[in-house]
Amino acid sequence: MTESLETVLSVEGLKVYFRSEDEVARAVDGVDFEVRRRETVCLVGESGCGKTVSALALLGLVPRPPGEIAGGRVRFCGEDLLDRNEAAMETVRGRRIGMVFQEPQTSLNPVFTIGEQIAEPLRIHLSLPEPEIRERSLQLLNDVGIDSPGQRLADYPHQLSGGQRQRVMIAMALACGPELIIADEPTTALDVTVQAQILRLINRLQQSHGMSVLYITHDLGVVSQIADRVYVMYAGVIVETGAVEQVFRNPRHPYTQALLESLPSRKKRGRRLYSIPGTVPHPAYKPAGCPFHPRCPRAIGACREQVPGMCGFDDHHVARCPVAAGRNAADWCTYGYPSN
Amino acid sequence: MSPEVTALASGLEEPPAPKRTRFEEAWRLFRRNRMALAGMVIFALFFFSAVIGLALTSGSRPRFDPSLVRLQEKLRPPLSMPHVESLRPEELPAFGIYLFGTDDLGRDVFARMLQGAWVSLTVGFVAVGISVAIGIFMGGLAGFYGQRHIRLEQLLVTAVLLTGAGLLAAGLRSWGALLLAAGHAWLFWSISPWGLQRRKTLPAGLRFFRKNTLMVDTVIMRFVDVMLCFPSFFLILTVVALLPASIYNIMIVIGLTSWEGTTRFVRAEFLSLREQDFVAAARALGVGNLRIIFRHMVPNAVAPVLVSATIGIASAILTEAGLSFLGFGVPPPHATWGNILSDGKRFIFDAPWLTFIPGAAILIVVLAFNLFGEGLRDILNPRLREKH
Repeated sequence: MTESLETVLSVEGLKVYFRSEDEVARAVDGVDFEVRRRETVCLVGESGCGKTVSALALLGLVPRPPGEIAGGRVRFCGEDLLDRNEAAMETVRGRRIGMVFQEPQTSLNPVFTIGEQIAEPLRIHLSLPEPEIRERSLQLLNDVGIDSPGQRLADYPHQLSGGQRQRVMIAMALACGPELIIADEPTTALDVTVQAQILRLINRLQQSHGMSVLYITHDLGVVSQIADRVYVMYAGVIVETGAVEQVFRNPRHPYTQALLESLPSRKKRGRRLYSIPGTVPHPAYKPAGCPFHPRCPRAIGACREQVPGMCGFDDHHVARCPVAAGRNAADWCTYGYPSN
Repeated sequence: MSPEVTALASGLEEPPAPKRTRFEEAWRLFRRNRMALAGMVIFALFFFSAVIGLALTSGSRPRFDPSLVRLQEKLRPPLSMPHVESLRPEELPAFGIYLFGTDDLGRDVFARMLQGAWVSLTVGFVAVGISVAIGIFMGGLAGFYGQRHIRLEQLLVTAVLLTGAGLLAAGLRSWGALLLAAGHAWLFWSISPWGLQRRKTLPAGLRFFRKNTLMVDTVIMRFVDVMLCFPSFFLILTVVALLPASIYNIMIVIGLTSWEGTTRFVRAEFLSLREQDFVAAARALGVGNLRIIFRHMVPNAVAPVLVSATIGIASAILTEAGLSFLGFGVPPPHATWGNILSDGKRFIFDAPWLTFIPGAAILIVVLAFNLFGEGLRDILNPRLREKH
C-alpha cells in the first residue's frame, strides 16, 4: 500500500518496564501503533494505562533507572530512535518531534520571559542570528493566536492565562518545524471554552504546517472531534484501533464499549450512568491472559489463560478480543494482526 | 476556517494580568515589612561607610589615621575636643573632634571603626562567596547527579593518585612520580575516544573494576554530616592557630567551614526542581543537561541561597569578630571591631565606650543582616507571602 511510505512514526512491540527492589511494573507491555503524514492519531485510555510513558519512551525521556526499554522498535522517518545515544536524541527532540505537556501552568520556567523561552529551541537547534530569532518568535506567537506578540515576548509566564500559556507551549513545540507533534493531554488543565480553542488551533496548525499529531488523552469527546484514527489502550497494551468513526459507531472490544457506555449523553438522561466494575490492574500485578478479563462482562475461561491476539473486524478496524470476533481457542493468540 | 478561528481566539482571550515586573512585585511586598526595610537601610549604610572608610583610612597620609598614636590624648570620651596646644597640626583628628573618643594609646576610635568596617565587610562577603560557591557546586552535584554511582576504578585511581602525591611529599620521588604518571595515564585513556569505545567491550575480569560502589549523593551528604559534627568555631581556631595570621586566611577558613547549609539547600532545591514540568518540557525541546542545570535550575534555586547567604554574612562577621577578640584574627596594628573590643575590655569601667561602640556596631550590623535576610525569605517564599 502507498500509505506505508507515508508513515512518519511506527512503534512495534514497545515495552517499558519500571524495576524496583522486588517488583517489575510493566507500564507499557508491547504496544504497536503508527502515525502517518498529516494525520491526527489519538491514544486513549484511563490514567495509568501507559499512554504518557509510551510518548516519553519515543523521545528517550523515560528516567533510567528505574525505567528501562525492555523491547520493541521505534522508527521515525525510517530511523530507529531507540538505538540513538543521548546526544543524537537531543537533535531529534524539539527539532523533529515537538511535545506539548499537560500542565501549561508549570511547564514554563517561571524566571524567564516568554521571549527567552521561545527563543531557546531556535537557538539550540537552528543557531539563527538574534534579529531572526526575534522575528521567528513573533511569527510563532502570531501563528498560535496570541495578540500583541511584541508585548508578550517581554512577559513572564505568571502574567499569562492558562490558555495563553498553552499557546506558548505549542509555539515552542512548533518552533523548529517538526514533522510530528506529541500532545500529552494538552487541554486537560484548561476550561472547556479554552479547550475548544486549543483543539481548533492544533487542527489549524496541523493543516497549515503539514505535521502529524499524536494526541494523548483520556477524553473521548476530544477524540471524536479531532482524531483521524484512534488507539485505545488498556493496562499497557492496545486493545482496539481503527478509524475514529468505526471505533465510535461500532466499538468491538468490551473495554471500548464500556468506556463509550460510561459517557453521559442525551439518550441516557435520567438514568444512572454506567461505570466499569473493578479498577485498573496495578502494572506490577497484571492478571494472566487478557488484562481486562476480571472486569469484562463477556469474559470466558480462555480469557484467563492466554493473552489474546488482535482480531480483524472491518477494514483496518482491529480489536484484541477473540470472543467478540467469535474465534475458537485454536487461533486465540495468532489470528489477526499481520505483524503479530 | 482560519480567519474565523483567529477572530474567535482574540475575542475570547482573557484580559492580561496587571503589568508588574517580578522586581516591582517583590519590592512592593518588601516595603511592607518595616524591620526588613530597616535592615536593608542599615546594610546600605554599613556598605557605604566601609567602602568610604577604606578610602579615608588608607594611603600614606589618610584623612582618618587609625594608627596615629597620641599618648597625651589617651582615653578621651566620645565627642570631646582635642587639646589643640599639645598636638602637632598633622596629629589633629578629622573634623577637629574625637567622634567616638580615643583608646589607651590615644588613637582615634572613629578612624579605627571605619577601618574595621572594611574588614568586617570583606570577611563577610568573601567568606560567604566561597561557601556559596562550594555549596552550589556540591549541592548541585548531589541533587542532579546524586543517583549515579562512583565506580571501583574511580576509587582506585584516586587512591593511586593520593599515594603518589604522598610519596612525592615524603621524598620517594621516583615511586611517587611513577604512581602519579600511571594515574594520569589512566585518566587520559578513559576519556579518550579509544577508552570510551572499549568501555562496553571489556573482558569479564576487568569488568569487576567497573562495579558500582557508593552513590554520589551518599558520599556528598555524609561528608556534609561529618563536617557539621565538628564544632566549627574550634575547628577555625585550630586552623587559624596553625596558619600565619592574615585576613585572607580567615576569610578562606570561614568560607571552607560554612558551606554545608548551602549544600543542603541547593540539593533539596535541585531534587524538587528536576521533577518540575518545565524541566521535563526543556528536555523534550532537546535542551542538554548542562544547559538545563545552569539555565533552568540554578536561576530557580538562587532565591533560598540568597537568603541563607545574607544570614551567613552576619554569622561570618560574628565569627571574625570573635576570632579577633580572642587574638587569633587580623594582626594588631590593623583595627577590626573584634580587636577594638578586645583592647577596650581592660578599661571597661574607665572608658566604657571602647567596648560599647564596637559591640553595638557588631550587634546592629548582624541584626540588620538577619532582618534583611528574613525579609528576603518572606518575599521569595510564596507560602509565607500570604501572611503579609
